[in-house]
This record gives sequence, C-alpha cells and structure tokens, in this order.
Amino acid sequence: MLRVIAVSIAALWVAGAWPAAAADAINPDADFKAFRDYFTKKFPKVPLNDFVNGPYSMDAGLRKQWEAIEDFPPYDFAVDRGKQMFATPFKNGKTYGDCFANKGIGIRQNYPYFDEKSGEVITLELALNRCREANGEPPFSYVKDEMASLTAYMAFTSRGKLFDIKIPNDPRALAAYQNGEKYFYSRRGQLNFSCASCHVQSAGQHIRTEVLAPALGILAAMPIYRSEWGSMGTISRRFVTCNSQVRGVPLEPQDENYRDVEYYLSYMANGLPISGPGARP
Amino acid sequence: MANSIRVRAVASGDHTEVQALVQHPMDSGFVKDAQGNLIPPHHIEVVDFQHAGKTVFTALWGPAVAKDPYIKFSFKGGQKGDDLAVSWVDNKGESDSLTAKIM
Repeated sequence: MLRVIAVSIAALWVAGAWPAAAADAINPDADFKAFRDYFTKKFPKVPLNDFVNGPYSMDAGLRKQWEAIEDFPPYDFAVDRGKQMFATPFKNGKTYGDCFANKGIGIRQNYPYFDEKSGEVITLELALNRCREANGEPPFSYVKDEMASLTAYMAFTSRGKLFDIKIPNDPRALAAYQNGEKYFYSRRGQLNFSCASCHVQSAGQHIRTEVLAPALGILAAMPIYRSEWGSMGTISRRFVTCNSQVRGVPLEPQDENYRDVEYYLSYMANGLPISGPGARP
Repeated sequence: MANSIRVRAVASGDHTEVQALVQHPMDSGFVKDAQGNLIPPHHIEVVDFQHAGKTVFTALWGPAVAKDPYIKFSFKGGQKGDDLAVSWVDNKGESDSLTAKIM
C-alpha cells in the first residue's frame, strides 16, 4: 500500500513537474535573441556593431573624447609588451604561441570555450596561466600588468573578428551557461545590485559622471586601459571591481562563477566584433 | 625594453603639430605603498624635442605631473619626412630617446 502511494506520488510529481521544467528549460538561442532584441529596441539608433564600444556608443561627447584618445591609445604600450612576451621563449624554449591554435594570433573571439574534457569553462586568462604552468613558469596575477599585456596583444591581433562562442551538446556546458546567466542576474552586495541592474536595465544612463556600458558586447573591448585605474585591467579585474563597487565581497579572479559569467556574456555577444584592447574613462 | 616614448608629428602648412606620450611611473615621493613606506620620488625632469639640430620644445617636469604623461604642442617649421628627436631624463638619471619622422 505504502509503495503504491509512493509510486503514484512520484508519478504525479513527474507529471506535475514536467511542464514547469519545460518552461524553465535552458534555451541559449532564445536568450540570445531576447537579449539582443532588448538592446536593439532600447537603442534603435546605435548600430549593432557599435555596442562593443560600450559607453561611447551611448554618449556623443564621450565619443569625441574617445576618438581623440584612440589617436594615441594608452594601451599601446601593453600591446607592445604583450607582443614582446609572445616572442620571448620560456626557459624550456617553448613560447605562448605553442599553447594555442594558430600560434595565439587572431583567436581571442573563440574564448571562453567549454572544455569537454575537464568539464569547465576555459577563459583566455586561465589558458594563459595554464600555459605558463605547463611550461614550468609561475602564473601571473590575473588582474593586470603581464596578464593584461598578453591579452591586449591577443585581442589586438583579433580585432574585427566576430565572437564565436559555442555551447557544445553537453549538459555540463549548459549548466555552466545557466550558472553564468544566474550570476549575472542575481543581486548582491550592500547596494543589492545585480550585474544586470547597471548594464541591462540602466545601460546608457549616468552613474555619477560615468556612462554605464550596455551588457551587449561588453567584453569585446577587454582588456582595457581605464583612466580611473591609470593602468590596464583584464576581465577578471573588471568583475572583481564591479563586485566591490556594489559593496559585495568579490570572488577570486577566475572563480568558476566569473568564468561562467564570461561564458554567458560572450555567448550573448556572438557575431559582434572584437574591439579590444580598449580605453575607458 | 620596448621604447617608452610614442610620438606623432604632423606637418600642416608652416606648422608641425606634435603629440607625445611617455610611459613613466612619475612617482611624486609623497605617496606611501601598501606597507606604509614612502615610495621614493621617481619622475622625469627634462623632456626635449629637437628638430634639425635645434630644440623646439623643452619641458621641465616635476612631481606634480601625472603618470604616463601626454604632451601636445606645435612649432613653426618642419617638413614631411624630417626627423624629430625626443628625449627625456629623470631624477634617477635614467633616460630614453626616440627619433620619429614628421608625417
């Protein structure tokens, strides 16, 4: 008798849960379309490819300043340094290029990707440090300096290439995507902001003197020289400072959650051109 | 080390417009590091721009100038293809120089 009840409850549960689960099913393609439509409807005058220029696509005055800056870009030194680092072999004679497809040139648009072997999201920054460790070199700090120079060079050689992020047919990849999406829309910190509070709902508005960049294509310009920082910063640095700006406790750079957010946002940017390295106020 | 100077000089009419960017920490000597120790002063003292063997611009910089300084000026003369020599010296005696072609 008990067993019969248990079985019928289980059957009910399955039957009841199924439609709800279907409605909540992860559908990156539908997300992608909704995400893009949201921004193109909110900013009908901004050409799609211009979203990668972040705040400059939203504010004509800022754009003028930026065009003057681009005449003489402050990230130039980082690109040079990255190029030099790429050309300098490790102690074992190998180079960064040996760790990457096409010797690391023009591949930024394929990162981050989901690695089906290890079951995790591999970002460019993580791949660079793994490359160093595999060659017996100590890893770099994820947030600035050397790491920013390397990613600046790799982004520079990939300028204009279109984001091409794939979600393989693997439940773990979908789970990573969904986790990234969840992190992006979850509120946190004393100010109780989610990433989306600023970069989706309030994109284009001012926060003090700054213009909030739209989340669409927001990673395309990374790494960036921020005048506020007075130096280059990576995607990790951006995530960490965003978290502390809403008075939350930031995660460690390249934490799984950050990598998943990067995966989610880059997937949303599919088809948009890499514009990094960038300069931001 | 890669060169610390970026220069762009463009001749237009009888003037040449020069923009330059120098990578330098420009430590004032008044700032403390995370351990509370004073970061010793380390800043550029003289920047010099020469065209055809003649100094066209000299800047005497001190601790008040920002990190990675940018400079823009124009001078009379200068033809497309001419050399423009830029150099700086800092308070530790370090220096760098670069010769760029006027565009």
